[in-house]
Amino acid sequence: MAQHQVNYASSAGLPIALTSVDKLVNWGRSNSLWPLTYGLACCAIEMMASGASRYDFDRMGTIFRASPRQADVMILAGTLSKKHSEFARRLYDQMTEPKWVISMGSCANTGGMFNTYATVQGVDRIIPVDIYLPGCAPRPETLQYAMMMLQKKIRRESANMNNNTKNSLRLV
Amino acid sequence: MRKYTPKDNVQGKSYYTDRYWVAPRIPRSKVEEGTHFEVVVDALGELSKESYVEIGQLIIHIDPKTNLETLTILKETCGYTQCSEQSAVDYLAKDGEFELFYQLLNITEALRVRVVCRIKDGEAIESVNSLYKSALFAEREVFDMFGIKINNHPFLKRILMPDDWEGHPLLKTYPMIGDEFASWYEVDKIFGKEYRDVIGPENRDQSRIERYDTKRFSRVGYEVPFNADISEGEKENPIEYSETVLVNYNKNSSKQLDERR
Repeated sequence: MAQHQVNYASSAGLPIALTSVDKLVNWGRSNSLWPLTYGLACCAIEMMASGASRYDFDRMGTIFRASPRQADVMILAGTLSKKHSEFARRLYDQMTEPKWVISMGSCANTGGMFNTYATVQGVDRIIPVDIYLPGCAPRPETLQYAMMMLQKKIRRESANMNNNTKNSLRLV
Repeated sequence: MRKYTPKDNVQGKSYYTDRYWVAPRIPRSKVEEGTHFEVVVDALGELSKESYVEIGQLIIHIDPKTNLETLTILKETCGYTQCSEQSAVDYLAKDGEFELFYQLLNITEALRVRVVCRIKDGEAIESVNSLYKSALFAEREVFDMFGIKINNHPFLKRILMPDDWEGHPLLKTYPMIGDEFASWYEVDKIFGKEYRDVIGPENRDQSRIERYDTKRFSRVGYEVPFNADISEGEKENPIEYSETVLVNYNKNSSKQLDERR
């Protein structure tokens, strides 16, 4: 994290804060994560609750965007059917770099209870996932926690996304 | 060599079947005189091959060639103005036939009629969309799920599955977890077939049921104490039907309906 408070004694009385570029950039990125409004099934209800006033994602700088062009986090909230998988991947491709993905709930993680012909058995088959969030459906607190875990992850990463090891699916 | 298992009903296989469970049969009764259903059966005349009452609903078996004619009479003279459901049942393994049904509703009488007909595999049936607009979607679903062709349908294409899908999922020959095409569908479509090796096959958890585990698995219709040891053998219990199935639906039990009127 970048330092907010200037310690005048340590920097020869000058109003200077010393940090690295990585920390500064990641501070900015991790504190304004804009997820894509992308509800697929019942998990979307919990995602909406997280965005609303009681749980209040806004205080974390997390504001839902309705366009993939303005979003940098994709929360896959719910069951992804095979018919829809093509469009989920297209939305992911339309998001600008850097971008992260949270797979929310059992269905998105593994297909969940839908062990059938029509459900994608885990969204990581088509999209690289950063955070897997278990639960059926996860409560809003859990989604907040997942978002905080993602923030932690971003702060650990290099600001240059090429240096970060990513799933090969990202480069397709 | 692996033992041959018949593939004509791969969906019918279950992980565990209770030895004591018997499928309850719905009691059938004759069409009573002086009821609205008698009027319906009389109006159809020769078109109805067999008719009886099940749970307060009239079931009429017809010839598949006369489906449009039958439904026209039901709609225009008997007042069955709503076709709430139309679908099929796959009996190919048993009889080599599909059972198609139309579920009709008479709003003024608050009564339902099910028109049932049987067609052979590969046969087509006439569309009823000229009578009921709801048939437009229902017939597309029948085509999508069973592959039954509908004649004179204005826009017969898949409705639930993607347009480029192969196979008809509600057929008993279609495996529940999908065939090879289904398991690679999203990979083939998004990345192309050459990415199958990169992504790998689907990892599906088969739900496992332990025969003698009474701690995590309970029995339906055959209860044993929690964590009891039943590996030595199980105590036989008489079969008891659920009371809701054996309700006697007759004139007297239609009190609720009279109150509503």
